[in-house]
Amino acid sequence: MHSRPHPRRRALTLWSTVALAAAISLPGSVVAQEPVTGGTLVVAADSEPANLNPAIAASNGVFFVSSKVVEPLAEMAADGGLKPLLATEWMGSDDGLTFTVKLREGVTWHDGEPFTSADVAFSAMEVWKPLQNLGRIVFANLEAVDTPDDLTAVFRFSAPTPSQLIENALPAITSVIPRHLYEGTDIATNEYNLKPVGTGPFVFTEYRPGELFRLTRNEAYWDEGKPYLDEIIFRVLPDPASKAAALETGDIHLTAFSAVPLTDLERLDAIDGLSAVTEGYDGITYAISLDPNHRRAELADPKVRQALRLAIDPQLIVDTIFLGYGATPATGHIPRSATEFYSEDKPLYTYDPAAAEALLDEAGYPRIDGGSRFAVRLRPAPFFAETRATGDYVRQALEAIGIDVEIVSADAPGHIQAVYTDHDFDLAINSPVYRNDPAISTTILFQGGLPDGVPFSNQWGYDDPKMNQVIADAATEVDPAARVELYHEFQRIAAEDLPIIPLVEFTFTTVTNDRVHNVANNPRWATSSWADTWLAPE
Amino acid sequence: MARGTGSFILRRLVHAVPVILIVAVGVFLLLAAAPGDAVDAYLAQTGSGDTGFAAQLRQQWGLDESLPVRFLMYMESVVTLDLGWSVAVSAPVTEAILVRLPSTILLMTSAILLAAVLGSVLGAVAAMRRGSPLDGTITTIGLALNAMPGFWLGLIFIVVFVVGLGWFPLAGMSTIDGPTDPVGHALDIAWHLALPVITLALTYMALYMRLMRGAMIETRASDWVRAARARGLPSGRIVRGHIARPALLPVVTMLGLQAGAMLGGSVVIETVFAIPGLGSLAYIAVSRRDLPLVAGVVLAGTVLVIVINIVVDLAYARLDPRVADERVRSGPNR
Repeated sequence: MHSRPHPRRRALTLWSTVALAAAISLPGSVVAQEPVTGGTLVVAADSEPANLNPAIAASNGVFFVSSKVVEPLAEMAADGGLKPLLATEWMGSDDGLTFTVKLREGVTWHDGEPFTSADVAFSAMEVWKPLQNLGRIVFANLEAVDTPDDLTAVFRFSAPTPSQLIENALPAITSVIPRHLYEGTDIATNEYNLKPVGTGPFVFTEYRPGELFRLTRNEAYWDEGKPYLDEIIFRVLPDPASKAAALETGDIHLTAFSAVPLTDLERLDAIDGLSAVTEGYDGITYAISLDPNHRRAELADPKVRQALRLAIDPQLIVDTIFLGYGATPATGHIPRSATEFYSEDKPLYTYDPAAAEALLDEAGYPRIDGGSRFAVRLRPAPFFAETRATGDYVRQALEAIGIDVEIVSADAPGHIQAVYTDHDFDLAINSPVYRNDPAISTTILFQGGLPDGVPFSNQWGYDDPKMNQVIADAATEVDPAARVELYHEFQRIAAEDLPIIPLVEFTFTTVTNDRVHNVANNPRWATSSWADTWLAPE
Repeated sequence: MARGTGSFILRRLVHAVPVILIVAVGVFLLLAAAPGDAVDAYLAQTGSGDTGFAAQLRQQWGLDESLPVRFLMYMESVVTLDLGWSVAVSAPVTEAILVRLPSTILLMTSAILLAAVLGSVLGAVAAMRRGSPLDGTITTIGLALNAMPGFWLGLIFIVVFVVGLGWFPLAGMSTIDGPTDPVGHALDIAWHLALPVITLALTYMALYMRLMRGAMIETRASDWVRAARARGLPSGRIVRGHIARPALLPVVTMLGLQAGAMLGGSVVIETVFAIPGLGSLAYIAVSRRDLPLVAGVVLAGTVLVIVINIVVDLAYARLDPRVADERVRSGPNR
């Protein structure tokens, strides 16, 4: 005969049943689950970059694959700070002339050789400073890297370099490559540029050109117990529609960097088992910028440029061109997500076509016979579908206030040459990137006196002494608070003069199979190491 | 016959040399005229850089020399068949091409054969049923397929047969970690190439269909067919040997001429179906303005088309004995 269960035990059974029911019915992301080790993650490759060495080419396409193999000194953490990877501590001196880094012990390269400060010194002096697109800017004044012991590297600069800048740049510019495989070779044509050897959670196993990249778990990774995945395969799928189809058939688990057209996102998100995620890209914020050529008399007038801005409705771009995904109206070229530097203490612009027309009249460009005021040629960058679509919208918006716009198209290299070397444009739509610190790739868009032919720089013919001074001061200001203040001043001048016109700031969308966990859990997720990514069994 | 054939092939190959040189010069001029160079393309991809970066890259890649100097360096590389290093794919040009050549050859020859066979058969049916509703239907469908853009047709097939029915794989040449035994691997590749080959063939089939139909209508009314009928030959044998066989001659000729066009069409198909072939390499090379790689791909394509035309000519000689005699007669032993 069974006695009735003790009342306390009954309550326990009741509540654990409720909890179990809750756990089963709530979506996976709400209830913390235990990571599962194993499985192969299949991802749509972003592009086939010319080489896979992130120490040379610090770019999204390269990082997407290589950041799992080659590690930087530190990566961006979820809270906006830095997460130590190959470096465990770092400290800049008060005079800005040295930056000391302590390195992690017990790390080995994928071929078994030990990782030491000599690798860091080699990477910095032979690659980051002379050969890397971003490293050339941050390490411009790097003189030498001392290695007092195997786990310490001391960067010495010939002129004060703010440690704030170096720290902000660590994730993007400090990928360490093995000295023993590169020393004495021609670094640019070294075979390991296509089969990188690093210290990261995954080993580069195979590259089939035009088909796939294959990465396999690094059993000797320094972070015990990680990575969780057995393998990551990046499949080369050049056509965007094929990528969407591949998600639906389950051939791939994930696409990043808005590889799937925005118009497909709603449909894919609605499918059971797939989700569209806009988080995880704050560390790589882009902007859509309307860039006038100041060599045109009309566009050299700040009133005219302000009128251009007033005639355009950034919210329309967000709603109609970006379909609301990952975009907001911009107030300047430093995005809101850059909480360290962003300031709203500057002129802000609204959408006001009537005010735009009034400004143009005031500036001395009335409508001729009630028709148009003057004509311009607009070059939208071909880099994204959204930049091209913004070109179409800007044309409509400017026609409405009496400016005739002719759109001129070119492919990527053609656009670069036309805008940045030949200056063959009146207006251009570009997509500048904010890379975690204004000095990296933002102030160069405003700095005067640059030579011709420097892509993604001030080729607008804008040269303002006030602006140049602020940029120069901030580049060498060692005190972080003072440096932030200088960049507030930079934003004020930029908003008053409006030499180039920010419209929208945007990031990207990831479409993921719900079996993939720990997606988008840091601000540079797509270009981070995925050591903690795991795949739930089917 | 064998000796005549050998010297015929040799003469055609010799004639190919000036063709290749002219194409090489054309490639250089076109790429030099295009706005933006390889450094602009590279920086568009990687982004950013300080004021000296672009200049340094141009110096590293030999792009800072004057145009005449670059032309001479380029022609030297073409003539010595040493196209050097490709900055677009970080590999020697020759290696980059050889890795992808087999896929394109497989795709193209399969598509050409399928287009020719399908087109000839359908054209023959249409010719023998001339004027009937079947004739009209066949002709209309062929023309409609020809008018459709290849990438659109490919995407429709993907939506229907891959995502919808799951009969074919989505993309690529073979299943990742698929069968490695020769038969299994070959079948795996065939399964993957089925849709791209069908798509490419269907868009080019119409031409062969109309040629075959027109030629057969003509041969059907010829003297020798009436004579064969009068001699009492069975009608099946008449259709095959006396009507269809001579009608194949224009189709075969067109195969050679179409080869170049189909190579162009393969660029789009390779992109849609993610086939790692010469077509997608050509696209990468041009969008990255990589002169040695563009030259390599174009030259490889030129040689491919020349070889296809030589094969076509030999097939033509097989089909029409009169042509073969002529060629043997005009050889060195005349």
